[in-house]
Amino acid sequence: MEDRILLAHGSGGKLSHDLIEKNFVSTLGNPILNKLDDSAVFELCGRLAFTTDSYTVNPIFFPGGDIGKLAVCGTVNDLAMSGATPLYLSLSFIIEEGLPTNELEKIVNSICQAVNEAKVQIITGDTKVVNQGAADKLFINTSGVGLVPPGVDISGANAIPGDKVILSGSLGEHGIAVLSQRQGLEFNVPIESDCAPLNRLVAEMLAVTTNLHCLRDPTRGGLATTLNEFARQSNVGIKIEEDTLPVNEAVQAACELLGFDPLHMANEGKLVAVVASSDADKILAKMRQNRYGTEANIIGEIVEEHPGRVIMKTHLGSSRIVDMPVGELLPRIC
Amino acid sequence: MKFIDEYRDRELGKRLIARIHHQSTKPIKLMEFCGGHTVAIFKHGIRQLLPKTIEMLSGPGCPVCVTANSDLDKAIALAHLPNVIITTFGDMLRVPGSYSSLQLTKAEGSDVRVVYSAQDAVYIARDNPDKSVIFIGIGFETTAPTIAASIQQAEQAGIKNYYVLPLHKLCPPIMKSILDIGEVNLDGIICPGHVSTIIGSYPYQFIPDDYGVASVVSGFEPVDILLCVDMLVNQIETGQPKVEIAYRRGVKAEGNQPALKLMYTVFEVSTANWRGIGVVPSSGLKLNNRYQRFDAETHFNIDPGPIREPQGCICGSILRGVTKPPDCKLFGKTCTPEHPVGPCMVSSEGSCATYYHYGADYGG
Repeated sequence: MEDRILLAHGSGGKLSHDLIEKNFVSTLGNPILNKLDDSAVFELCGRLAFTTDSYTVNPIFFPGGDIGKLAVCGTVNDLAMSGATPLYLSLSFIIEEGLPTNELEKIVNSICQAVNEAKVQIITGDTKVVNQGAADKLFINTSGVGLVPPGVDISGANAIPGDKVILSGSLGEHGIAVLSQRQGLEFNVPIESDCAPLNRLVAEMLAVTTNLHCLRDPTRGGLATTLNEFARQSNVGIKIEEDTLPVNEAVQAACELLGFDPLHMANEGKLVAVVASSDADKILAKMRQNRYGTEANIIGEIVEEHPGRVIMKTHLGSSRIVDMPVGELLPRIC
Repeated sequence: MKFIDEYRDRELGKRLIARIHHQSTKPIKLMEFCGGHTVAIFKHGIRQLLPKTIEMLSGPGCPVCVTANSDLDKAIALAHLPNVIITTFGDMLRVPGSYSSLQLTKAEGSDVRVVYSAQDAVYIARDNPDKSVIFIGIGFETTAPTIAASIQQAEQAGIKNYYVLPLHKLCPPIMKSILDIGEVNLDGIICPGHVSTIIGSYPYQFIPDDYGVASVVSGFEPVDILLCVDMLVNQIETGQPKVEIAYRRGVKAEGNQPALKLMYTVFEVSTANWRGIGVVPSSGLKLNNRYQRFDAETHFNIDPGPIREPQGCICGSILRGVTKPPDCKLFGKTCTPEHPVGPCMVSSEGSCATYYHYGADYGG
């Protein structure tokens, strides 16, 4: 195998076949993928959830993960947030010519680990190689299908006054991990991305009750964006309490330093759930037993007042609006 | 967390709030000069906790906001030059100049890069010897020493393709200017925290001496700000205006002398053009003769064209504390953080963006 990916690896010829068989199928193979037909053929029966996402993170390796792990977890989590059991994923690479082959291998290995943990299969894929400068090292697209169990109806539009808002864990780790890697900022305490598949956590929550109203992973835009989306989609107000929000010390310190709000920082292994008040304690207890929910907390509730707005009771007892960030987060000047 | 939790202590905060309520008898106007303070005050909901006797006004201490359109136009004109890489702090990217913004210029193909420090810009210059790398030098006394350091670093490393567009501004002169204009009858000023770590508290002595106005340097945590307000109220109620520091862990009266020395090795005091206030003598910094060759404006021949001010935008009077963001007809309607008309709606520390994000009705 060559040390670097060449344009020829995407040409469809022998080098392409070598790459696919030696690097992809050998690691990610399963009976459906191994056939290498033009499309994957499989049987599914029931209500399907289908999603797609493209991953362009820079840098492609960051503390706590890489673009491969992210591409699997992101799509698995999007399916899980509909209450679906994720089953099958497609995997598409757009590789910039010159990418070191060992970096691609590392990423494929981490994809393998992530699909094993999430118990999903890659059943179809594609590889393109583009000229230098036409892509930034590596882009990945994954699409996924899953089955939604009967009786499950989860949507951002389902929040009703009286419901409780549960957050599965501490905020902002992915955002700060990627940013610190990108900008070469070094912190005394390394901050790792929280990137993780959440389908098992969701399955355990659904085992308590299928009556989860809203579920979403607060990725780009952070918790602030997710809560504002729920408030607008459901036309309700949301009240949260600053004191209940879990933020780890290193993330808090990094945010203070850079002038960011942990509520705006991206997460890749967290979820926000809106559930009936009567179910909240049971669901919370179940979540805390899962490794990705140990820090879960009830952070607020759905109210009739101020529809479409999220209000936070501050540490000092006053209130303020929690708004979505606008565009890219930019550090403060002084 | 050390250095944060103790300054967000609820009980301490409540005691300070109670003391402020107890002390404050007459209506007063306080101005927080610094945009960072405006954000902290809104973020922690501090205005709601103060007695009705205290009116808080936001001042001109947002480096992006006070950058005049004429200066923004220069930065944009520089970005249009061939073989140039513009490096800037992120907040500048979205600010609309007369006809465009750096963000739009970037989308049109100019090489505009966000950096976290001027030192990063020097590294970009080192790595791109065939390009001219220009750093847009905005900010107050907090950032100026770091930019001075970047210039010295470039000189020592023999980097010949690094330039700075110096748009730095100085705080005490503009405070004096606002007090001289006299549109707002201020009783007290919350003096900037980060700036004061560099310049100290002595430069504010003219505020009580010449204008009889109370002044206290504050930090950015809720307890810092409440302590600062408490000290200001005390000065005003007892009729003893002076300069005090409520941010002892960061600010010494004499400031940071090595940083000031570095700043004045590279820069000298000059006039500066402030949005909403105009040209104020001795309120800016320019490169001195010794470092003139790093000045982007003198090195490159640019014609930014005629200046156009946004119609209906009252950023100028907001920056002077005369009006508040919700007084503007455009606020929240045609002017939003997504589609800003004026710079105060763009910068994360701009008054309009702060009122918009944290809720004008929750503290405005």
